[in-house]
Amino acid sequence: MSNKNTEKIIEWLLRLSALVTVLTTIGIIWVLLSESVSFFQEVSIIEFLTDTQWTPLYKDKHFGIMPLVSGTLLTTFIAVSVALPLGLVIAIYLSEYAPKKFRKTVKPLLEILAAVPTVVYGFFALMVVTPFLQTIIPNLSGFNALSAGIVMGIMIIPFVTSFSEDALQAVPKSLKHGAFALGSTRLQTSFRVMVPAASSGIVVSVILAFSRAIGETMIVAIAAGQQPRLTANPLVPIETITTYIVQVSLGDVPHGSLEYKTIFAAGMTLFVFTFILNNISFWIRKKFREKYD
Amino acid sequence: MKTFEKIFLGFATLTLVACGGQEKSSNQSHLSGNIKIDGSSTVYPITEAVAEEFRNVQPNINVTVGVSGTGGGFKKFMRGEIDINDASRSIKSKEADACAEINMGFVELSVAYDGLAVLVNPENDWVDFFTVDELQKIWNPEAQETVMYWDQVREGWPHEELHLFGPGVASGTYDYFAEAICGKKVGTRGDYTASEDDHVLVQGIATDKNALGFFGLAYYEENKDKLRLVGVDNGDGTVLPSMETVSNGTYAPLSRPIFIYVSSAAVAKKEVNEFVNFYLDSAPSLVSEVGYIPLQDHEYAIEKEKFNAFSGK
Repeated sequence: MSNKNTEKIIEWLLRLSALVTVLTTIGIIWVLLSESVSFFQEVSIIEFLTDTQWTPLYKDKHFGIMPLVSGTLLTTFIAVSVALPLGLVIAIYLSEYAPKKFRKTVKPLLEILAAVPTVVYGFFALMVVTPFLQTIIPNLSGFNALSAGIVMGIMIIPFVTSFSEDALQAVPKSLKHGAFALGSTRLQTSFRVMVPAASSGIVVSVILAFSRAIGETMIVAIAAGQQPRLTANPLVPIETITTYIVQVSLGDVPHGSLEYKTIFAAGMTLFVFTFILNNISFWIRKKFREKYD
Repeated sequence: MKTFEKIFLGFATLTLVACGGQEKSSNQSHLSGNIKIDGSSTVYPITEAVAEEFRNVQPNINVTVGVSGTGGGFKKFMRGEIDINDASRSIKSKEADACAEINMGFVELSVAYDGLAVLVNPENDWVDFFTVDELQKIWNPEAQETVMYWDQVREGWPHEELHLFGPGVASGTYDYFAEAICGKKVGTRGDYTASEDDHVLVQGIATDKNALGFFGLAYYEENKDKLRLVGVDNGDGTVLPSMETVSNGTYAPLSRPIFIYVSSAAVAKKEVNEFVNFYLDSAPSLVSEVGYIPLQDHEYAIEKEKFNAFSGK
C-alpha cells in the first residue's frame, strides 16, 4: 500500500518536472506573442519584413528586420561552412579510421570545445582571430561577421561531429563489409557508402548546428559589431538579432514604449527561425531515417 | 613623483576630512535639512559625486539629485520646487523672466567643462580636420543610408566605406553631440555602431581603418596610443580639443561649460550654503575623477566669490 503511494508520488513528481519545461516554453511563447502583437498594431508587418533599415531608437525610425536577419544569417552561414566540413571530416576520421583507443580520448577532448563559455569565444574572436585575419585581409574591420562566424563555427564543431559520428556508427556493419568485399578502398567506403547511409543523421546535425548558431549571442555581440546593415559583406560590422536584444535590454529604453517592444518582435523572429529549423530536423529524422534492420 | 604627490594629497585630504568630522561631531554642529537638486543628466555625475562626499561630512542633510534634463529642471526651479538646478546650458531669457516674475533671484556657477573628441583610426591618412558642416553632413538623420563613403564627405577623400561609432541614445554624450552638430531636436542617423560602453567604441575605432567616432575627451586621454584625435574647424581654423582649448571655449561647438543654478530662496538656507561651498571646494578633484575637465583654480575662486556675494556673506 505504502509502496503504491510512494510510486504515485514519484510519478507525479516526474510529471511535474516534465510540466515545468513545457510551461516555461508556453510562458515564453505567450510573452513573445503578446508583446509582439502590440508591436505589430503600431508597425505594419509588411514594413517589418520589407524595410531595409532598422533604426527604431533614432529620429528617422525604420522597423525593417531584414538588416538584423541578414547579419544573423551571415554569421550563421560562415559558422556552418566552417563547422560542417571540419566536423564531418573529424566524424569520419573518428568513426572509420581512428583506432578505438584514440577515439575514446579524442572525442571527450573535442567536446570540451562545446564547454568553453561563449564569452571567452567572443573575446578570442575579437582579440586573437580578428587581428590575425587583419594581417591577411588588410581592410577587415575590427568588428566583423567573418571572425565571429569562424569562431562560432569552431564552437559548433562538436555538435556536428558528435551527431554525425553517432549517425555513422549506427550504419550496419554489413554495408561497410559489403563495400570492402566489392574491393572499395577505405576512402570510397567512407564517402560513397557510409556518409550517404548516414545522411539523414548528418543533415540533422547540421540543422541543429544552424539553430545553435542563429541563437548564439555573446560571440556576435562582442566581435561582430552593433550596426544593423543589410549586407552580405563579411568584412564590415553588422548586427545580429541577438545583439540587438542585448543592446536594447542594457540601455534605458522605457518599458512599454514602442522601442521596448521591438526586442520582442526581434525575439519572435528569432524564435520562428529556430522553431522552424528544429521542426525540419525532427521531420527529417523521422522521415528519412534509413532502416536496415 | 606624481604618484607620490597624489598619495600624499589623498592622505592629507583624508586626515582633514577625518579631523573635520571629529571636530564637528564633538561640537554638535551637524546641520540638518533637505537639499533638492534636479536638472541635466550631463551634470548629474559631478553633482552626485559631490553629494556623496557631502553625505560623509554632513550625514543629517538629505541631498537628493534628480535627472529631468536641463529644461525640466528649470521648470521646477522657476516654481521654487528645487534648490539647485544642474544645467548643461545657460538659462534662457524666458526662464529668467519667469524667475523674475516671482521675485526670485538666482546665481549661475560654472562647475566644469565638458569636451567631446572626434576620432579616427591612426592608419587613416586622409582626414586632417573636420569642419562642423562636414560633421553635420555625416551625422544628420538624412544621411542615413545615403552618406556611406568617405568621398561623399569631402572630395579627394577615398571611396572607402564610412564606419561610424558613437554612444547610444541613452547617453548624455549622444544628446550633446546631436544638438551641437545636427541642431536641437533633430537627432542623428541611426545606422552606426552604437554602444553605451565607451570601451567598445575605442576598440571599434582602434581596429578599423575606415572608422570615425566620437565620445568624451576623458576616454581619449586613456587610449591616446590607439586612436587619432581630429581637430574641428568652426570657421576660425582647426582646433584640437585639450584641457586648454576646452576650458577656454575655443574648441567649439563640441565644448561647453556646465553649470549649477542656485536660487535666492535656497541660498537663505544654511545647508544649501554649506553644500554649494563644499561643491566648489571639492570640484577640482571630483570633476576630473568623473571624467570632466575642471576649471582653473582661480576660476573656482571667482565662482566662489560670486556665490558668496550672492548669498550676502
